[in-house]
Amino acid sequence: MLEIRWHSRAGQGAVTGAKGLADVISTTGKHVQAFAFYGSAKRGAAMTAYNRVDDKVIMNHEKYMEPDYIFVIDPALVFTSDVTINHKNTTKYIITTHLSKEELIKAQPKLEGKEIYTVDCITIANETIGRPIPNTPMLGAFMKVSGMYDIEFFKESMKRILAKLPPKIVDANMIAIQRAFDEVK
Amino acid sequence: MAFDKMELKDIEVWDGNFAAAQALRQAQVDVVAAYPITPSTPIVEGYAKFKSDNYVEGEFVMVESEHAAMSGCIGAAAAGGRVATATSSQGLALMVETLYQASGMRLPIVLNIVNRALAAPLNVNGDHSDMYLCRDSGWIQFDAFSPQGAYDLNFIAFKVSEDHDIRLPAIVNQDGFMTSHTAQGVHTLADDDAFGFVGTFKPMNDMLDFEHPVTHGVQTEEDWHFEHKARQHSDLMLKVSPKIDEVFADFEKLTGRKYSQVECYDIDDADVAVFCLGTSVETAREVAGEMRTKGIKAGVIGLRVIRPFPFEQVQEALKNIKAVAILDRSSPNGAPGAMFNEVCAAMYSHESSPLISGYVYGLGGRDLTKAHLVDLYNELQTNADAGKVTTQLQQFIGVRGPKLSFL
Repeated sequence: MLEIRWHSRAGQGAVTGAKGLADVISTTGKHVQAFAFYGSAKRGAAMTAYNRVDDKVIMNHEKYMEPDYIFVIDPALVFTSDVTINHKNTTKYIITTHLSKEELIKAQPKLEGKEIYTVDCITIANETIGRPIPNTPMLGAFMKVSGMYDIEFFKESMKRILAKLPPKIVDANMIAIQRAFDEVK
Repeated sequence: MAFDKMELKDIEVWDGNFAAAQALRQAQVDVVAAYPITPSTPIVEGYAKFKSDNYVEGEFVMVESEHAAMSGCIGAAAAGGRVATATSSQGLALMVETLYQASGMRLPIVLNIVNRALAAPLNVNGDHSDMYLCRDSGWIQFDAFSPQGAYDLNFIAFKVSEDHDIRLPAIVNQDGFMTSHTAQGVHTLADDDAFGFVGTFKPMNDMLDFEHPVTHGVQTEEDWHFEHKARQHSDLMLKVSPKIDEVFADFEKLTGRKYSQVECYDIDDADVAVFCLGTSVETAREVAGEMRTKGIKAGVIGLRVIRPFPFEQVQEALKNIKAVAILDRSSPNGAPGAMFNEVCAAMYSHESSPLISGYVYGLGGRDLTKAHLVDLYNELQTNADAGKVTTQLQQFIGVRGPKLSFL
């Protein structure tokens, strides 16, 4: 079982990202689950979304999770939320930030000793898609860190999932995914 | 046909709401009259979009309340069409009066209820308070444990509900958020196969058949009211259950997916079992499997059909269990628990009964964790070993503060 927790703000596309990732993984024969905690959250409120992936049917519907990966797609959330809650020793973090890894850990000492990867999904999204929607770049970074799928296969799959968007936006997302794949450290 | 067909993958990653909306499209529902409420809104929104995009031939009626939504559905069903809608929580509460009208008028309507807590305090998350609110409304009630169930049970509900021997409305329940907003793999039916299974709507006593005028919504008073109600109850007790079994069997032939009115998992040799509804059934199945590796013979019973209550099947499922926990995801507010009471009634009149204890859990979407269920199975094993219920009869799972137990 592979488990992922997303830290996001409502409106940044974590739910779409989690569902998109689940959709891609499902086409490879694995079982998936994607869900989120909503409450009556308004745009901009901190929220979490979740993925489960397994070789067998996923029957666990508990919301509690000790994730293998933690994605933080808004840079301020490492300071305003506890992104390390319910973590394991092996949990890997992919964090959106303009800071270097060292600067980030200095600013948030809770991240000391954790396996951390950084990538500036907000800047990438702004420069490619033209809006600060950091969900698809985070998935590009995840492909690099996890080695889950070949990046070309992943981009082709995401093209199908994003097909209802205008072609220009789909192309921009592909560039964003590739940039995050190349730039994550 | 004048509408477009949709190509689906064999497995689509859908949440429970979208799965239900796709089922309404594939069943080619004629009329949806609806009013939005979280978390059920995407079902009727989905149907409306399919209609606008020419994937379904039907009418979407926007109304001013849930009371009007069901009233519109009643009118459309009496006129003679395939009718469906969806609601949750307070919306259902406002709809309750008209639910009794629909079933009393013997109109086939499919209502998707995305189960959500009832205020106050206000809460949009999933529990079964609304499910129990319409328990005695005369509707057939199914319960989905996952998005797959939400999809499949809609087809089954139309087929049972519209049968000319049945003619009773049907509810498909799914857990708010835990099913409705959780995307999972759903095995799909091709459009033609899905519609072929449900079949073309066959009207009966339809008001648009001007050659054969009929009256709907009559007043009967003392001389006939009781006979009408008794006949409705009799049909629920005698006709609906065999029809559901027949439709479940047809559905298995088409899809390979087997449904039962009482779903039993690892029950044959079980000493202890959890009896519950919704997504909790699946989480409990996973924990039961883990308890078995620790030497506890654990099983799970999930109620697939809530109404008509499968009294004899429940007796059959529980007769050899030593200790069972009945889980109620709703506050009984001064009683032992809605499902607890029903199961006790079934087992009291059977020659052998397990030790039965009741648990209230998960109100307002409170998480039921695997750790909770591990503790629960251990407690049941203690009861089984002691030969008696070692706790009070009613306990609470997952509520903060001092431990609550009663009776």
